[in-house]
Amino acid sequence: MKFDQPATTNPIDQERVVTRPHTRIEGPLKVTGQAPYAYEYRLPEAPTYGFVLGAGVARGRITAIDTAAAEAAPGVLLVLTHENMPAQGASDTPVPQQEDASPQLAGPEIRHYHQAVAFVVAETFEQARAAAHLIRVTYDVTPGQFTLADTLEEGKEPDDAADSVVGDFEEAFGAAAVTVDLTYTTPDQSQAPMEPHATIAHWEGEELTVHTAHQVVHWVKRGLAMTLKVPQKNVRVISAYVGGGFGTKLLFFSDAVLSAAAARVLGRPVKTALQRPLIFNNTSHRAATIQRVRLGADHAGNLSAVGHDTWTGNLPGGDSEPACEQTKYLYAGPNRQIRTRQSELDLPPGASMRAPGEAVGMLAIEGAMDELAEKLGVDPVELRLMNDVQFDPEKGPKRPFSSRKLAQALRTGARAFGWDGRPRTPRERQEGEWLIGYGVASAFRTNLVKPSGATVRLEPGGTLTVETQMTDIGTGSYTILGQVAAEMLGLTLEQVQVRLGDSEYPASSGSGGSWGANSASAGVYAACDALRRDLAKQAGYPYADAVFRSGKVWQGAECTELSELAGKEGVSATGSMTYGDLDEQFAQAGFGAHFVEVRVNAHTAEIRVNRALSVVGAGRILNPVTARSQCLGGMTMGIGSALMEELHVDHDLGLFVNHDLGEYHVPVHADIPDMDVIFLDELDDASSPLRAKGLGELGISGVGAAVANAVYNATGVRVRDFPITLDKILAGWDD
Amino acid sequence: MTPPTAPQGAAPSEGPQPVPATLPVTLTVNGQERTLELDPRVSLLDTLREHLHLTGTKKGCDHGQCGACTVLLDGQRVLSCLTLAVMHDGQAVTTIEGLGTPDDLHPLQDAFIRHDGYQCGYCTPGQLCSSVGTLDEIARGVPSHVTADLDDVRFSADELRERLSGNLCRCAAYPNIIAAVSEVHASQNGASQNGTAQPGAAQNGVGQ
Amino acid sequence: MRAFTYERAATPQAAAGATLAEGAKFIAGGTNLLDLMKLDIERPAHLVDINRLELNAVTDTADGGLHVGALVTNTDLASHPRVRADYAVLSRAIVAGASGQIRNKATTGGNLLQRARCPYFYDTNLPCNKREPGSGCAALTGLSRPLAVIGTSDACIAQHPSDMAVALRVLDATVNTLKADGTERTLALDDFYRLPGDTPHLETTLEAGELITGVTLPPPPGGTHVYRKVRDRASYAFALVSVAAILNGRESRFAFGGVAPRPWRDPAAEKAAADAGPVARARAVIDAAFADARPTEQNAFKVPLLRRTLSAVLEEHSTTGGQK
Repeated sequence: MKFDQPATTNPIDQERVVTRPHTRIEGPLKVTGQAPYAYEYRLPEAPTYGFVLGAGVARGRITAIDTAAAEAAPGVLLVLTHENMPAQGASDTPVPQQEDASPQLAGPEIRHYHQAVAFVVAETFEQARAAAHLIRVTYDVTPGQFTLADTLEEGKEPDDAADSVVGDFEEAFGAAAVTVDLTYTTPDQSQAPMEPHATIAHWEGEELTVHTAHQVVHWVKRGLAMTLKVPQKNVRVISAYVGGGFGTKLLFFSDAVLSAAAARVLGRPVKTALQRPLIFNNTSHRAATIQRVRLGADHAGNLSAVGHDTWTGNLPGGDSEPACEQTKYLYAGPNRQIRTRQSELDLPPGASMRAPGEAVGMLAIEGAMDELAEKLGVDPVELRLMNDVQFDPEKGPKRPFSSRKLAQALRTGARAFGWDGRPRTPRERQEGEWLIGYGVASAFRTNLVKPSGATVRLEPGGTLTVETQMTDIGTGSYTILGQVAAEMLGLTLEQVQVRLGDSEYPASSGSGGSWGANSASAGVYAACDALRRDLAKQAGYPYADAVFRSGKVWQGAECTELSELAGKEGVSATGSMTYGDLDEQFAQAGFGAHFVEVRVNAHTAEIRVNRALSVVGAGRILNPVTARSQCLGGMTMGIGSALMEELHVDHDLGLFVNHDLGEYHVPVHADIPDMDVIFLDELDDASSPLRAKGLGELGISGVGAAVANAVYNATGVRVRDFPITLDKILAGWDD
Repeated sequence: MTPPTAPQGAAPSEGPQPVPATLPVTLTVNGQERTLELDPRVSLLDTLREHLHLTGTKKGCDHGQCGACTVLLDGQRVLSCLTLAVMHDGQAVTTIEGLGTPDDLHPLQDAFIRHDGYQCGYCTPGQLCSSVGTLDEIARGVPSHVTADLDDVRFSADELRERLSGNLCRCAAYPNIIAAVSEVHASQNGASQNGTAQPGAAQNGVGQ
Repeated sequence: MRAFTYERAATPQAAAGATLAEGAKFIAGGTNLLDLMKLDIERPAHLVDINRLELNAVTDTADGGLHVGALVTNTDLASHPRVRADYAVLSRAIVAGASGQIRNKATTGGNLLQRARCPYFYDTNLPCNKREPGSGCAALTGLSRPLAVIGTSDACIAQHPSDMAVALRVLDATVNTLKADGTERTLALDDFYRLPGDTPHLETTLEAGELITGVTLPPPPGGTHVYRKVRDRASYAFALVSVAAILNGRESRFAFGGVAPRPWRDPAAEKAAADAGPVARARAVIDAAFADARPTEQNAFKVPLLRRTLSAVLEEHSTTGGQK
C-alpha cells in the first residue's frame, strides 16, 4: 500500500483495541527472565567466546602486534588481528555504517580510541578475556584533533543539515528592539543501553545466522553481508528482544562482524558481548556541540530574527549532530539564519542518540527563549504562544503543519502544573535549605515514517499471527502491533500472537527516530488490509460492506466465523506500507510542553528535580501504557542530559576517560521523582493510516531546557555549559 | 601530557599463564542442588548464565555499576558479577527464575507487569530481585541514606528510590517500578500497619 | 583476569601465612578486587579466601568501645544497634556509599582497602603512577574534577573513595592486624594510610601477609553525629566532598572525604573559631585545614564546596537537637 493521501475513516478508528491501555504482551516473559536477548540463545553446539581488545591510543598506526602469548594461552582457539582478518568489504570512512560494509581489523590504521585491534576466541569467556590481556601492541602515535572548540573555523556545511536562510537575519537582528546572543555547549553523551552490544554467530555451510542486539534488522543483515562479502540471502538476523538501543544499535559493531568472521574460520559458534568499559569509545555516541542562538524581538516579544548556529565534529564521513534543526520549525519570525558546521575530529564515531539534534538543540533554543522572556518581562509561556506558527516558517503558509498543538500543550501544562504559582524572580522561594525554581520549555521532535511490512496469518482456530522484522527495544512494539492487528481483524489482543525481529519475516522500519510504532503499525495495517480483502472475498461479501468484529466477518446481520475461513491450512497475507510526498506537503512533527520544578541546595548547589510534567501532542496514542513509559524514559534521559551526563574528553590523549557506568552518570532511581504525562487528543491524518506521530523522542526534546530554566529560577545562575553540575552554580554565586 | 609510547599489553616476559585447576562447587539454585566443576575465575553471574543456562540474571556491566545481575544469596541481594562461584560453595542462590514463572508470578512480577515497571526488560530481573531484597531489608530495620531516624526504619517511596538506586534503568521505568513495589508492600503489610519495621516481619517472598 | 589458584583459609594465621607469597592476595567481599582483576589492573596469582574466618562479630570492648570484625559486612555494621546508638556517624557514612547490594557483600576490612576511582587508574592503556609506577599521571592535565585537592603529590592526585573510612577517622578508630609471624598491630588511620608522595602504588603500611582482623572504636564520643555527602547524582556515586562530624560545641570534630588520598582530618583546625557562628566557623576550619590544598583548575571548587557543606552541617545542627 502507498500512503499518499491523508487518511480517511478506516478500521483503526473503531479504537476497540488500539488506544486502550493494554499491558505488554511479552511482560510475563520479561519479568520472569524468560525473554531471550541476543547473547542468551542456546545452540545445539557448545559456543566459543569472543573478546574484543580495543586500541590503547586514539590515532596512529600499529607497528607490531604480538599475539604469541595469547595464542599459546589455555583454551584459545583463534586470535584475529588486521594481519589475519579474512577479506572484508571496504568502507571509505572509519564510521560504522547502518547498512553498508563496516570492516573491523581492516588494517594497521587506528582512527579512534578503543577501536578493535584484536579479537580472541577461546573455549570459555574467562580464557578469552585473560588471553586478550596478553596481546602486546606497539603503535606509532599520530597527533590528533580532539577539541571541538579549536576547529570552529574549519567547519563545513554537512549534507544532512542544510542551511536555512530566509530574509536578512543580520539586519533584522541588528534592528531588533530586544535581543539575546547566547552560546551553549553540550558534551559528548553515551546512549548506554543496559544490554551491551552482543552477538552469537554461527554458520551452517555458507549460511550465517546471527543473534544480535540491533534496532533495524534489515540494515544489519545487509551491512553484515556487505562486510563479510556474502550474499544477503545467506544471512539471517534474529533480534527478538533488545535490551535498549537509544540509537547505538542502529549500527553494528565489532561484536557482530568479528563473531561472524571468527565463527566462519573456526566452524563453531562464537558469542561476544562488548565489555562495558569498551562500549563508550568503541561504539557510537552523541557528539558534542557548541551552539550560538541569537533572537531578536519587538518589545511585545514577537520574534523578528531567529538565528541558530551549531558547530559539531566527527570522524570523516560521519553524520552531524544537527542541533539547530528544530529551530527551522519551532517559532515564527520573518528573518532566519540556521546553520550547522561540522569539522573533523579524531574522537570515537558520533552517531544517533535519542532525538539526534533536538535533544541538545532544544537545550539552546529553549534556554534562549527563557532568557528573552526575562529580558522582555513576559511570561515564558506567553512568549512561546506569541510566536507559535501553524506553517513551516521557512517555506511559508503553503506548507502547513499536519498537526501542531504546541499552544494547547503549553496552556494545558501551565494549568495542570500550577504555573501561575511559580516564583516570578530568581531566588524568590526557599524551603529550608532548598531554593525552589520552576521552568518551562516547548517540546518538539520531527515526525518520520519509514516503509514497513508484515505478514499476518489467520491460524486454524481463528487466532492471528503477526510476523515482521520490527524490533521491540522497550518501545512496546509487541503489544502495539498486536493491538493494530486485533483491531483490523475484529479480534481481541489475546487472540493475536506477535513475532518480531527475524530477518525471515518481511522487512520493517525497525526502531529508530521515533518512527517505529507508527511505521511498523502501518505495515501491519497494510498486511491486515490484504488479509481482510481475502477473507471478505472468501466469505462472499463485498469488501466495502465487510465488518470484522468478534471473531467474525459480517455483512449486515449475516456473518462468517474467521475460524471457518481459516480452514485447516490458515490464510495469510503479506503487505507493506510505503509513503508518498505528504511529508513534503505538510511539515510533520510532534509537539508538547515540559514543566519542571527543581530544588537547589542553598549551601551546596546540589540540584534535584521535585516534579515534572510533559504534555504531549503526538497524534493518536496507540497504547497509553507504553506511550507514557516512553515519555517518562525520554524525560529521565533529558534530566540526565541537563544535570549529569557527560563523556569527559581527555584533550591530550583523545578518549572519553570516564568510560564506565560508575563514572558516566545516568540518572538513578533517587534522581527521578514521580512524573506526569498528559496526552492531548490529536489525530494526524497526514502521517499514516494510524493517524499517529512519533513519540519516543518527544519526551527528551526540551525537558532539559525546562530543568535549566528552573535551575535559573531557583538560583539566579544561568549555566549554558551542559551538564549543569553544582560547581557551575557555585561559580555563579558570590563567595 | 603526551600520548603513551609504551606498548599496550603485558610484557612478553610474563609468558604463558598456568592452567587453573577447576574446583568443585555446589550451590543450591532456586531450591535445587547443583554441583559444577569450575575455573575459579568464573563469576557467580557467569556460572548462572553460561553453566546453568539461567540467563534471566543479566550482565549489564560486569563491574558492579548497574545492578542488572542482582540475585539473592542466602536471602540477601548481592551483585553476582562481583563475586566468584567458588566463594559460595554450599550457599543458596535465588534468581529471577526462582521468584516465579509466567504461569505462577511472584506478586512483584505481577505488579511490574501491571504498572509497566520496565520497557526493554534487561534490567528487570535485577530490579525485581533487588526489590525482594529491599522489602526484606526494610522489614528487618536496615537503615538507608534517607532514613530519618536510624532506629525507626519505615517504608516510603523515597526509601525505595534510595535503596533501588543501585539498579540502573536506562529506559527509566523508575516511577512505575516505585509504584509497583509500593503496591506490593502495601498489600503485604495491610492498611492498618504504619510501615514500621516489626521484628520477625520479614517479607522475603522468595519461593524456594 | 589472569589465572590464579584459590584456597579457602581455615584460620587468620593460616590466611596471613598463605598470603606472604609474591602475588598472593586476600579476597573477602571481592567487590573491588574482582572489578580490578577483570580489567587486568590487579593480577593476583593466588587468592586466599578469608570469608569463612570468624572475623564477623561486633563485640563490646572492656573500655566501653566496640570491636568490629574485619568481615562484618557494611550492611551489618550500619545496622548494628550499638553503632546506630553510639556511632551514628559510622552508620550514616556507610549507607551513603555504594548500593544495597554492594553493602551486603562489602566488608569492613575490604572497604578500608578499596583502591582509587581515578579513571586513569582504571584503564591499563593510560599513564598512571599508582597502577604502573613511573608511567606518569595523566589526571594532572586530564580529568581531575573528581580527584583530591590535598595530600597529593606530583605523582598522584587520586582521592580515597571510602565513605566509611571518613567516619572511622572522625571516630579515631584504629585498625587491628595480624602478621604472618603471629604478631599483631594496632594502627591509627593516619598511620595505616600512606600519602602518595613518590610511591602512589603503596597505599597502606600493611606488610606482605598482614591481615586486617578488625577495627576498634574508642568509647562513644557522644555529641551529634552527622555524615553529609555531596555528589553529582542523588545516589550511587562517589563523593565530590563529604563531611563526617561529631558536633559537641567547642570539642566538635570533623573529617573530610572525597578530597584527599585518605580520610582527611586536621585536629588543630577543628578548634578554629569554635565560638563563631556556622558560616564563620566553617570558613575558619576549612581555611585552616586546607591551607595547603593544591587543587587543579577543575577541582578547585571542592574547597569552597567543603566550606559550604560544613557550614550547612553546623547550621542545621546549631538549631535542632541533632540527628542520630
